[in-house]
Amino acid sequence: MADLFTVNKSPYETTGLVSALRFAPAESGILLLEDGVYAAIRGTHQASVIAQHQDKSFYALQEDLVARGLNPDELIAGIRPVDYAGFVDLVVAYDKVQAW
Amino acid sequence: MNRLSSYSMTSRHLLYLFRRAPHGTLYGWEMLQSVLVGAAFEQQVSLAFVEDGVYQLVRGSDTRATGTKNFMPVYQVLADYGVDQLYIDQAALATRGLSRHHLWPVTDEETGRDLLTCCNTQQLQAVLTAADVVFS
Repeated sequence: MADLFTVNKSPYETTGLVSALRFAPAESGILLLEDGVYAAIRGTHQASVIAQHQDKSFYALQEDLVARGLNPDELIAGIRPVDYAGFVDLVVAYDKVQAW
Repeated sequence: MNRLSSYSMTSRHLLYLFRRAPHGTLYGWEMLQSVLVGAAFEQQVSLAFVEDGVYQLVRGSDTRATGTKNFMPVYQVLADYGVDQLYIDQAALATRGLSRHHLWPVTDEETGRDLLTCCNTQQLQAVLTAADVVFS
């Protein structure tokens, strides 16, 4: 299994998401959490960024989406909402976590 | 299983990821202190500089006028603490108009070996993957 890359800043604030995507090899997991979840909403430029990385798995933390008024059912295609328990499952499943 | 077995080993490969410029925040200095702790516990310690982290190594910095700590000299003695690899993102340097000659030399004084390696994306992916733990 590959690593899980967590991204906790808005893509409009820092280059964390861009860097994580650049340094994540194929099969990596990308988990958007805290302000990182702003990258998961439909109808933005981020959709085309994420579409270029179909060799990776994308997740967004449901609790953080809901806290920000974002609907977990309206994410960019291919991004799966996960709850806190799902977050733990991901941490166990991947080799290690890289916080970006 | 891999993960569990790696935790049981006495020495693990720790990678410290520098992502921010040195003087605007304390992240760099605190990370560097953490590096020294890791090295003191005889772990295998490497550093990687990406994004604004590449500014950490820019030579000629002089903080006397700002009254803040100049921790640049610590980078130059890392070899004495058993740190033997520093990796820096070639693309991040280029984006910022920097190249190797803008950086402090980081060498092992005993052997004269240059500890700093300029890496492309693929090489940095490998460095990140190979570490047991990535601190950022």
